[in-house]
Amino acid sequence: MIAVEPFTEQVVFQRPRAMTGAPTTYCPGCMHGVAHRLVAEAIDELGIRERAILVAPVGCSVFAYNYFDIDSVVAAHGRAPAMATGLKRVQPDKIVFTYQGDGDLASIGIAEILHAAGRGENLTVIFVNNAVYGMTGGQMAPTTLPGMKTTSSPLGRDTRTMGHPIKMCELLSQLDGAAFIARRSLHSPAEIRKAKKAIVQAFKTQIEGRGFSMVELLASCPTNWDMKPVDALKWIETHMVPIYPLGDYKTRVES
Amino acid sequence: MAKQLMKGNEAIAEAAIRAGVEAYFGYPITPQTELLEYMSKRMPELGRVFLQAESEVAAINMVYGAACAGRRVMTSSSSPGISLMQEGLSYIAASHVPVVIVDVMRGGPGLGNIAPSQSDYFQMVKMAGHGDYKPIVLAPATVQEAVDLTALAFDLAERYRTIATVLLDGVLGQMMEPVELPAMRALPTTPPAWAITGAAGRAKNSVVPFRMQADDLEALNLELQRKIAEIARREVRFKEYLIDTTSGSTDKAELIVVAFGTAGRVALSAVKAARQKGICVGLHRPITLSPFPDERLSQLADEARGFLVVEMNAGQMLQDVKLSVGGQAPVRFYGRTGGQVPMPDDIALEIEKLDEMTGHPLDHKIEGPVALRPVDRPARRQETSRTSRN
Repeated sequence: MIAVEPFTEQVVFQRPRAMTGAPTTYCPGCMHGVAHRLVAEAIDELGIRERAILVAPVGCSVFAYNYFDIDSVVAAHGRAPAMATGLKRVQPDKIVFTYQGDGDLASIGIAEILHAAGRGENLTVIFVNNAVYGMTGGQMAPTTLPGMKTTSSPLGRDTRTMGHPIKMCELLSQLDGAAFIARRSLHSPAEIRKAKKAIVQAFKTQIEGRGFSMVELLASCPTNWDMKPVDALKWIETHMVPIYPLGDYKTRVES
Repeated sequence: MAKQLMKGNEAIAEAAIRAGVEAYFGYPITPQTELLEYMSKRMPELGRVFLQAESEVAAINMVYGAACAGRRVMTSSSSPGISLMQEGLSYIAASHVPVVIVDVMRGGPGLGNIAPSQSDYFQMVKMAGHGDYKPIVLAPATVQEAVDLTALAFDLAERYRTIATVLLDGVLGQMMEPVELPAMRALPTTPPAWAITGAAGRAKNSVVPFRMQADDLEALNLELQRKIAEIARREVRFKEYLIDTTSGSTDKAELIVVAFGTAGRVALSAVKAARQKGICVGLHRPITLSPFPDERLSQLADEARGFLVVEMNAGQMLQDVKLSVGGQAPVRFYGRTGGQVPMPDDIALEIEKLDEMTGHPLDHKIEGPVALRPVDRPARRQETSRTSRN
């Protein structure tokens, strides 16, 4: 008689509880999927799914409300921090976060993000910086690199007429209301793991009531950069990181 | 409760508090700033939310957020600030969330001035934001009415999950009058089922101001239109003075003045004066500018000799009156702009002109001319000095 080992199943990897499993509209090689997953994993690990509220932006991630299995709203372009302020002020026990791109946060919504940080609004902001307007087809963003070609700077961003990149972590970390400001990148597995830790820390900052927290994630947009996904990741490392240095820009311990 | 003397802006703020407003977000702008200041003191006293936003754009989006949480929320502003809020109002309308907006109108266009005006009729009643939607617009003519309509605004906003606005001008905002305030209401204990409160023990909720598929967006629009039609059926409000429509009555008004808010109040003095001269004139004062009392005006037009619309603008409600009257009688207009308030004598003169013009039955189908101001009268000194202030 042959002894049969009892079969035990062990789950080693699965979809985070905080995601719905709906297929996304993102392009192949897009980093939004990774960023979403990191946020969802952080929500699961911190056990805050049932009190988390997402404020989605206008841009490619306008559909994020459909991908996260948490209560969600969609803000007008750039207004996510203001809408999140309204949601949070009337229910301070909830964990409210915005998920915004660079056009949304650093251009049309720069007043809202600056004042949310200045007020020390107890919110978390996930800021995905891929240096272009993705959804409208790759126009110049406030974070577009000098010399970078986009559909609205076809000869490359000329800083004499089109200005310089706006560095949000550097800017917001100057404000006393900001409690945790960090920049990470999604260009390699090692950097992705670091990004996850920063996202967890940002949510913890809010859970502990310490004030405004933001994690900027450098991300690729292979479609609008006109690059292969792997080349685009390499380009983040070689071109974006020097302009947007990674690291913690503000870690305030007291509230 | 005993009456107390209160400034319009402060009375509205207190009325909103008593109606159970849980959060106020706003930005300073004359002539509504006292409302914001009053809230900054009273809301924290009651453990409720007050926040001065960085702009009207931010304020309306904070209101949007708090409304999504199912809370009673409001903002207040004045004309240029309301212009900035139109984007947010369009999103709020698309999301079917209830909010209350108070607009204390000032002179426009542009920076205009801080004197009273009614030139936001179009941007509030028609809504200047993109898309097909309509808010409820309530227009008080006294501070007491402003108090009463503020409470009503919250009820209607919630009943229909819509935008309800209280539309008044700087005269009412700044004027002190005796008011009787309503009793303090208890705050709601549980948010509505659709509210964004965290998906605890239930499926997730979403509030989404867009539909990518044409079929879905049309369905959203049809739902908005169904709601607008229901509001129009059930919520029309107006007041009439010296209009006796009883058949055969000798007091029956043959001429109808139509005016809202402060213009309606001034017009009433003119109507009374004209009555004393033997002119059979009455006043119809819409309280709901949206839904507009079109059926009632159409009914009055069946027998009236003529209409005179009086507004503190260049003729905005005039268009709705004309649509309601539908060519059944001539419609004249008298309006003042730039922050000028019409005087009873000037309106009385316009009533006399209307009386003369419509004296013969054959004149009934003649469209009346539009007079922005009486050309045969010099500008009043007092009015000149008022416009120079800013």
